Amino acid sequence: MTAGPEETHGAEGPQGPAPGEADGQLPARRGRDRLEAPVVRTGMFGVHDTPDTSGYGRLRVHRTPALSSPRPYGGYFDTIADALGMEEAIYRVVADRGELTFYVKRERLTEVAAKLRDDPALAFELCTGVSGVHYLEDTGAELHAVYHLASITHNRRVRLEVTAPDADPHIPSLVGVYPTCNWHERETWDFFGLIFDGHPALTRIQMPDDWKGHPQRKDYPLGGIPVEYRGATIPPPDERRNYS
Amino acid sequence: MSIPQAPAGVTDSEATEGRIYTVSGDDWDELHSTLETEDFVSGGQLVINMGPQHPSTHGVLRLILTLDGETVTETRASIGYLHTGIEKNMEYRTWTQGVTFCTRMDYLMPFFNEATYCLGVERLLGIEDKIPERAQIIRVMLMEFNRISSHLQGIGPMGMELGATTIFLQGLRLRERILDLYELITGLRMNHAYIRPGGLVQDLPPGTLEKVREFLGYGPKLLGDLRKLIDANPVFIGRTKGVAYLDLAGCMALGVTGPMLRATGLPWDLRKSQPYCGYETYEFNVPTVDTCDAYGRYLVRMDEMDESIKIIKQCADRLAARRSADDPVMIRDAKIGWPAQLSLGPDGLGPSPEHIAHIMGQSMEALIHHFKIITEGFRVPAGQAYVPVESARGELGAHVVSDGGTRPYRVHFRDPSFTNLQSIAALCEGGMVADVIPAIASIDPVMGGVDR
Repeated sequence: MTAGPEETHGAEGPQGPAPGEADGQLPARRGRDRLEAPVVRTGMFGVHDTPDTSGYGRLRVHRTPALSSPRPYGGYFDTIADALGMEEAIYRVVADRGELTFYVKRERLTEVAAKLRDDPALAFELCTGVSGVHYLEDTGAELHAVYHLASITHNRRVRLEVTAPDADPHIPSLVGVYPTCNWHERETWDFFGLIFDGHPALTRIQMPDDWKGHPQRKDYPLGGIPVEYRGATIPPPDERRNYS
Repeated sequence: MSIPQAPAGVTDSEATEGRIYTVSGDDWDELHSTLETEDFVSGGQLVINMGPQHPSTHGVLRLILTLDGETVTETRASIGYLHTGIEKNMEYRTWTQGVTFCTRMDYLMPFFNEATYCLGVERLLGIEDKIPERAQIIRVMLMEFNRISSHLQGIGPMGMELGATTIFLQGLRLRERILDLYELITGLRMNHAYIRPGGLVQDLPPGTLEKVREFLGYGPKLLGDLRKLIDANPVFIGRTKGVAYLDLAGCMALGVTGPMLRATGLPWDLRKSQPYCGYETYEFNVPTVDTCDAYGRYLVRMDEMDESIKIIKQCADRLAARRSADDPVMIRDAKIGWPAQLSLGPDGLGPSPEHIAHIMGQSMEALIHHFKIITEGFRVPAGQAYVPVESARGELGAHVVSDGGTRPYRVHFRDPSFTNLQSIAALCEGGMVADVIPAIASIDPVMGGVDR
């Protein structure tokens, strides 16, 4: 399974490359970037154990290279970025498909969120919770926590993304800034094993309290009940051949 | 009934949790006579479990209430009893099959679940402005029907929990008519999987618009009857007015949206502020009240249903004005659109005979295409999208992540029931235990959406 780790298709998106975009967005450059990215999949249909008669045996699929949008981001995105400042806390900005994403250093997350909430020019009053994503191939930053914020005052939206390695799955809790994150962070802990430091009671919320493992992680085995039919056994869905 | 006899020594669970009594109804006197009075006289707190099998908790919600007399001093909610791993399951199915899963999350508002997921996928595909207009009109119409049917299912049972069976029956009577319409349009009363990435699974069947017009005739009248029953009902008002108070600051902090937020006086409605599916072209109002209580939430829901009727009427007019011949409901892109149209044959619903004749008898390429698009599905460019919709309960959004493959890499649903239910402690603590019932009902949580 491929795992394009982040926003990647800004220049290939529906709008196509905007005029005046930096050289890095040109198709030739994109092709080179793509070839330099590590290979995530070879062949097709998940065939590895038997001779491949599909004709796709030499197919090599590279990981989609991580995209970083240059200024101007367009629309109100620049206003947000200017009002926020804090360039040293944000290591990447992606404006893609009409959505703006700030990649925030995890140790600065609380600070950035507090400014986004309190600065009258930003006024992101509403946090719509945390969504975890597990990118197995993104070595050193496997676990992502994604926050969607909305400003009712200015009618704007922004997304914050924070990463943590599997070896050190700690992210500061945002419950102090947005109390609504309480259950959302519990859910993300439950499903991904992300530990939100400073959460008042980080316990499981959906799975039983004594459950082992974190089911939404990509390395969590699905298990499943083997189905036998005339001697053949059907494997669980994550071990079946697939197109992805 | 079983009353655990206290053993000579204190057991482990007694040391950690206090003495536990199991009461299952009608046996309180019997239990009371065996109790040592100092347990309660000495100001001991009573911790009771409400749910998960309690009829007034709107599903398998378990509340752990700490009571001091009849005053609730602490409320904790325990959820997860209906967790079915829908988000995980979707990662092992194609993008189109994902609709079949997410429609089952919040089972009282399936069209909203489908819509937000499909809007997210469409944004990732970059086809947002290529969705046929007819499909968008039908989506809007179904979502507004869904708002009415969901609100009726919220208000009706609320009345029943407060002791009024008539409200319940009147509410469900109208809802039943809407479910009949769903059945006519999609074939099912719930779990429709009708809205698909790129459009709709199929067009409205013949005669739908007549049925919708019929509804526009009797629907408002039945809603009016319901209002006559409840609006000035002294018992209902006594149980809900000033109960379960949550103001704007509380709503913002807890992320509460939807009718609960609009009952604080803030007209925040994504259909107006960040329109999707062409909502900016419809005329409707955003009802608000500023009472911040359970009664205000009821009023907002009632007014919203009237506005939904207005939108449905506009949808019906637009659909009637469009010629149905050559007016597609699925994107004209063979790489995304479902190749076969469904038709009803003698052996049930299936691909149309013309399509079967085409792929089996005329075009091998069409057969290959059919096979590929149905088994493999389409690929979605890598990236992430979040397109929220204003569902019956508030902001419902799907965070859709693609790695460029034929299946979602991750889909996370921001369900309004899940978020709004967090406010249960703020609504109940300090109030009477009887007020917990209207408090839950005024949140209108659906556990299928909470637990997913």
